[in-house]
Amino acid sequence: MSAGPDTPVRTGDVEPSELSTQPAPVRSWHGGPVAFARNSWRRLTSMRTALVLLFLLALASVPGSLLPQRPLNPTKVDAYIADHPGWSRILDKAGFFDVFATPWFAATYLLLFVSLIGCVVPRLRQHAVAMLSAPPVVPRRLERLSSATSYSAEGAPAEVAADAVRRLRGWKTVIRTEDDGVVTVAAERGYLRETGNLIFHAALLVLLVGVAVGKLWGYQGTVLLTETQPGICNAVPLYDSFRPGKLVDGSGLAPFCIDSLDKFTATYDPSGTPSQFRADITYSEGEGGAPQKDALRVNHPLRLEGIRVYLVGHGFAPVFTVTKPDGTVLKDVSAPFLPVVPSTLLSEGAVKLLDGVNPQLALYGTFAPFAGVDADQKMTSLSPQPGNPGVAVVVYQGNLGLDSGAPQSVYSIDQRQVASGALKEVASAQLTQGKSVKLADGTQITFDSYREWATIQVNHDPGQTVVLGAAVAIVLGLLLSLAVRRRRLFLRIKPADSPDPESVDNSEPVDGAAQPGSDARSLVAVGGLARTDAGSFETEFARVVERLRDSPPVGKD
Amino acid sequence: MPVNAGLATLSDHMFTWSIILYSVALIAYCGEYAFGRRGKVAATSPERELVAAGGVPVVKVGSMSGAKAGGTDRSRRAPQAQRFGRLAVAATAAGLAVQLTSLALRGIATHRWPWGNMYEFASVVGAAAVIAYLVVLVRLPQVRYLGMFLLFPVVVLLFLAGTVLYAPAEPLVPALRSYWIAIHVTTISIGTGIFMVSFVATVLYLIRRRWELAIEAGRTPTRFPITLGSRLPGTDILDRMAYRTVAFGFPIYTFGIIAGAIWAEAAWGRYWGWDPKETWAFITWVVYAAYLHARATAGWRGTAAARVNMVAFATMIFNFFIINMVVSGLHSYAGLT
Repeated sequence: MSAGPDTPVRTGDVEPSELSTQPAPVRSWHGGPVAFARNSWRRLTSMRTALVLLFLLALASVPGSLLPQRPLNPTKVDAYIADHPGWSRILDKAGFFDVFATPWFAATYLLLFVSLIGCVVPRLRQHAVAMLSAPPVVPRRLERLSSATSYSAEGAPAEVAADAVRRLRGWKTVIRTEDDGVVTVAAERGYLRETGNLIFHAALLVLLVGVAVGKLWGYQGTVLLTETQPGICNAVPLYDSFRPGKLVDGSGLAPFCIDSLDKFTATYDPSGTPSQFRADITYSEGEGGAPQKDALRVNHPLRLEGIRVYLVGHGFAPVFTVTKPDGTVLKDVSAPFLPVVPSTLLSEGAVKLLDGVNPQLALYGTFAPFAGVDADQKMTSLSPQPGNPGVAVVVYQGNLGLDSGAPQSVYSIDQRQVASGALKEVASAQLTQGKSVKLADGTQITFDSYREWATIQVNHDPGQTVVLGAAVAIVLGLLLSLAVRRRRLFLRIKPADSPDPESVDNSEPVDGAAQPGSDARSLVAVGGLARTDAGSFETEFARVVERLRDSPPVGKD
Repeated sequence: MPVNAGLATLSDHMFTWSIILYSVALIAYCGEYAFGRRGKVAATSPERELVAAGGVPVVKVGSMSGAKAGGTDRSRRAPQAQRFGRLAVAATAAGLAVQLTSLALRGIATHRWPWGNMYEFASVVGAAAVIAYLVVLVRLPQVRYLGMFLLFPVVVLLFLAGTVLYAPAEPLVPALRSYWIAIHVTTISIGTGIFMVSFVATVLYLIRRRWELAIEAGRTPTRFPITLGSRLPGTDILDRMAYRTVAFGFPIYTFGIIAGAIWAEAAWGRYWGWDPKETWAFITWVVYAAYLHARATAGWRGTAAARVNMVAFATMIFNFFIINMVVSGLHSYAGLT
C-alpha cells in the first residue's frame, strides 16, 4: 500500500480525506455496558449512519413543502384540514403542518450533528498530528507508484537532497539518511484539503447555533400603517401580529418608533407591471431619539441597530363622510381594505362606525382602485393603479356586536349579528369618487377618496450575523476540500556508483551520464502519488520533476 | 422602460435557431457514435489495464486520465467518425453562441437580467450544461462522442422551454429588481447545468456497469439500453466524470443557495423561511452532500453512489417543474398563466 505509517486511514475502504475515521462498529453485545456504549457511539458516528441521517433529513423535509404549513399560511392549513377531515387530524397531531418545528425533524438533524461532531473531533486531532509530523518514510520501490521516473544529478546524495528540498517550495519536506548511504526526501502538500473539510463541517455547527439563537431570541412584528395616520412604537401590544422567539417575553424590545407613514408610492411600467413600491416613513431610534426620514423599498429595508424594518405589503383604505339626519358631519370615516385580487388590487373590507352614531353603522364591501364592471354588472377592478376609484358596499345599521367580547375581524362584519337580526342591511350602492348614498333615516354616506396603507415588518434576529459568517466559511471550506488535492512526492537518492539496479527505473533514459573525472554524481528515483482524487497529478508530477532536474541547482553558488 | 419588441422577437428566433443547431450537433454525434466502431476498443482498454493493475486503488485511475487514453482513442477512430465528431463540436459551439446571443438580446430588450422566469431559467441551465460539457471535453477528449447523450436532454429541455414554459419578454416585479438576481440565479443555473452533465455521466455509468457485469458473467447483453454499454468509456472514467462535475458544481450551488438566503433577507425579511422552493433546494443540497459522502463510504461506492446522484438530480428537476408549476410559494415567478 502506498500510505505511510502515520496515515490516519483504517484498513477499510474509506479515503482519508473523506468523513469517517471511526472503526466499523463491532456487532457484539458482550463486554458490558461500556463496550455497548462505545459500540453505539461508533455506530452513530460512522459514515453509514451519517448517510442514512442525511437521507432521512431530506425525506423529512418533503411534507414540509407539499402540505400547507402553519408558519407560512395558517388559513390554507385550516382549509386543508376542513377539506380532508379524517386523516388530516392525525397528520396535524404528528406535526405535519409545521414540519420544521416538530420533534422528529429536530431529532433527525440533531442526531446528524452529533454524528458530525463524533466524526470531526477525532479528525481534528489527526489532522493536527499530520500537520505537525514529518511526511512518511520513503517506500523502497518508487517505480511502483502511479507516477515515477528517475534521473542522474550532480553532487553527492546529501547535496542533491538539500537542493531538492530548496526547490520543493510549498511542500512539507523531510530528509532522511538510510543505513546504506541512501538519502531520501519525502514531501507532502495539500493539507488544506482536510483543513477545508474540517472548516466546512465546523461551520455547519456554527450555522446551526446561529439559527438557534435567532429562533430563541428573535422576533417579528407586523403592523399596518395608513398614510398620515399615527404610527407605532416597538412594543408587543401595538403590533397587528407578533411572532416572538421561544425566549422572548415581549419586554425590553429595542427602543424604536415609526412616527408615521408619510406617503406610499407604487410606480408601474407602461406594461402595467409594478416597478417599485416605496414607503416614506418618519421614525425615531433609541430613547427619545430625533425623528428621521427613510424610504423603505422592496429589497431595501431600513437597517438599524438590532432591528430591520421592511415594507411587506400595501393596499387602499377608502375614506367616507357620514352626514347624520340632524346635519352633523362625521369626516374621515375610513378603514383599510385587504387586497383579494393581487393583480388588480380589488380589495375587501369593512368600515365600522361606533361612536357618534346611533344605531351603529357599518359599510362592508369592496374597493377598486380602477373601477369597472364585470359581465354580471358587479364592480371589479381593472388595474392596480388608481384611476377611477370606486366602492361597492352594503350598508348595515344596528349592533355590530363588538362589546360581546368575542373577537371579530376588522375586515368583515360579524355575520351572526346579521343572522340574529341585531344588524340590518339598510342599503347597498356602487359609488365612484364624490358620490353618495342616502339611507332611509336620512343619513348620507359619501365616498370621498382613498388613502394608501403599507404593512411594515420589524424584525430582530440576533443570530443572523453568525449565520452569515458560517455560510461564508461553509463555501470556503467546501472550495478547499473539493479543489485541493493531497499529494506526496518521494525521492530516493543514491551515489551514482552504487551497484543497485533494483531501485532505479532503467526504462527511463538517464540524462547526462557520469563524465569521467567530474564530481560525485547521484541517481535520483522520484515517485509521486495523489492521495485523493488524482485529477491532474500526472501533469503536476512532470512539472515538479522538471523543476528538480533543472540545472544549475538553485542556491548552490 | 418599455420592452423592445423587435429585439425580443429576434431573441426568440435565435432561441429557435440554437435548438436547430443543437439538433444538428446531436445528429452529428450520433454519426460519430455510429462510425466510431473502432473507438470502442480504445475506450475500454484503460479500464482493463486498471483492473489488471489492481492493489493500488483510485490513484492509478487518475493517472490514466486525459492525454494517454484520449490519444490512443483518437488515433484508432475511423476518419468518418472524426469528421462527424468535429462537425458535432462545431455545431454545439455555434448553438451555444446563438443561444447566449438570444439570452443577451432578451436582456437588452427588457432592460434586465434575462433569467426572470422558467423559460429564461431553463435556457440558462441548458447553456450552462453545454458549457460544462465543453469544459469536460477539454479535460477528457475521449468522451467527445458522449455529447449525444448530453445534447439529447438539453434539446428536450430547450424544446420544453420554448413551448410549455415560454413567457413573453416582460419586465420583472419589484422583488426581482435587485442585483442579487445576477448572483443568485446565475449560480443556481450554472450549478444545475453542471449537475445535468453529472447526471448524464451517472446514467451512462450505470448502463456501462450493467454491461460489464453481463460480460463478466459470460452473457451478451441484448436489451436496450444495456447494449449501449459496449461503446461507452470504462466505468472509472464515467464515475470520475460524474464525481468531478458534482465536486465542481456543489460549491457553486451552495454559494447560489447562500446568495439566495442573503437576497431573501433583504427582500422578504428573513434569510430562510422553508418556502417550498427553499425546502427543495435544501433537499437537493442534502442529497448531493450524501452523494459526495457515499462515494467515499465502503459499500456505497459505485452503483449505490450513482443512484444517489440520480436521486439528487431528480429532486432538482422536481423543484424546477413541480414546485414552480403546481405548488405555490414566494418563488412564484414562473411566468406561466
